[in-house]
Amino acid sequence: MLLLLALSAISGLAVITAFIFKEGVPIIAKVGLGTFILSSDWYPGEGEFGIFPMIVGSLAVTAGAMVIGLVFGVGCAILLTLFSPPKVVAVMKPSVELLAGIPSVVYGFMGVVILVPFIRDYLGGPGLSVLAASIVLGVMVLPTVTSISVDALQAVPRSYREGSLALGATEWQTTHRVILKAARSGIVAAVILGMGRAVGETMAVIMVAGNSLDVPHGILDPVRTLTSNIALEMGYAAGDHRKALFATGVVLFVIIMILNTMALAVSRRRAGKVQAR
Amino acid sequence: MKWLIAAAALALVVVVMSFGFGGRKGHALNVVGSTSIQPFAEMLAQAYQESHPGQYVDVQGGGSTAGIQAAENGLAEIGMCSRALKKEEAGVFTPNIIAYDGLAIVVHPSNPVEGLTLQQIQGIFAGQVANWQEVGGPDRPIRLITREEGSGTREAFTKLVMQKLRISRKALTQESNGAVKELVKHDACAIGYMSLGLVMGELRSLKVDGVPATHEDVSAKRYPLVRPFLFVTKGKPTEAAQGFIDYVFSEPGQALLAKEGLVRVR
Repeated sequence: MLLLLALSAISGLAVITAFIFKEGVPIIAKVGLGTFILSSDWYPGEGEFGIFPMIVGSLAVTAGAMVIGLVFGVGCAILLTLFSPPKVVAVMKPSVELLAGIPSVVYGFMGVVILVPFIRDYLGGPGLSVLAASIVLGVMVLPTVTSISVDALQAVPRSYREGSLALGATEWQTTHRVILKAARSGIVAAVILGMGRAVGETMAVIMVAGNSLDVPHGILDPVRTLTSNIALEMGYAAGDHRKALFATGVVLFVIIMILNTMALAVSRRRAGKVQAR
Repeated sequence: MKWLIAAAALALVVVVMSFGFGGRKGHALNVVGSTSIQPFAEMLAQAYQESHPGQYVDVQGGGSTAGIQAAENGLAEIGMCSRALKKEEAGVFTPNIIAYDGLAIVVHPSNPVEGLTLQQIQGIFAGQVANWQEVGGPDRPIRLITREEGSGTREAFTKLVMQKLRISRKALTQESNGAVKELVKHDACAIGYMSLGLVMGELRSLKVDGVPATHEDVSAKRYPLVRPFLFVTKGKPTEAAQGFIDYVFSEPGQALLAKEGLVRVR
């Protein structure tokens, strides 16, 4: 019975994967892999399918989101586990986890109404930009990164901290040279999980990124991501155009697989290193 | 534990059953497609339902091409389309022109530029003109706003203005007339195109080749950028669809469209 349930979940996933590849791979073969990935001409009405600007867009926006996620998420986690009285932790931790429950459309809406005009008036550019998308995604990714980092930091034995302080290190030295290093695999896992969410986010990004077809040259330039491309055009795409959108899905799939493999490799390597001592 | 599961199952059944209590009996007519036509179709649907009790009309957006596809798959009885049908579509679908709409080229109200030639608009949207200074405006970069590929408004714009040239890659893409309007309303450097009927004085519509974008100039056929609003059915319309289309062609329907800024056909 349980085996059946487990198999049905996996088979569902396998069916979706097979379908995406079945629809997408022929068009990649037809257009040519090099052209598909490296060409900047996305004109589906005329049969030209090049997704290079979208790949750059997805990577740029995700990188920006991870900078925010890393700095604020891990920082928050360190604060919560090492430098806060238990009463504060009891309030803050559930609040941060609550952030994860806010629908992405709400983040996008706040981005459009507050963030985009701010960027347009004070920083320049159209406001709809890599920066806006990165900030919105960074905030969305924050609860994931913080929660998992907190768990990773709490798993570090107290003796590490006590030993380091007893040897004369300052709090900050202890934190960044001992505890963070010990929790590294967990924190990397948190960052990569956050990255997975950032790469896949669609709605909030469509609302604040501008969706232009050009490769962005700076963080104030508008950008279109792979996911936005699919969402913007799926409603009316037909024939080759629709297949090209599936092919975009294939590329996204490959990117996420690479990220997940990196995550597993890094955490296994770290675990191996710790055990070998 | 067991009663918890039973309670949850009961709650689920109640929720699903309550879906049936929408207060509506009978099948609703689905009208899907152009975001340009959508607000007008909603008004027409409202008036139609009030004057013909028992008839229900559901209006949705999605873009002209999405509307045509919905009509093709049978998801909608009527597809709304804000461009002329393509050759391959003309054989399969029956178009009904319900009104004519001007295509407005809009800029922020603070923009001092009053009008442009068709040539200039083409150059701007192709990305060849990068600063407002080059067309008589202040020293600001030009920010282009365009619609997504399946949009009827975009097709009409491409056919009437761009012709062979492609719209610049740098243009910001938005998904509906409303989104374009919001963006241009808040950005002093922006230029976009949208349905004239939906501008409603909140933005400046530029004169094209010297002709102002007003209702009179569109009806008199002086304004060059005009496109038809179509209600498209696959083959012959169903009875319910025909009923709605007849209403739209009748005096109250056409008067409503004229009042809202479109050019009537009857």
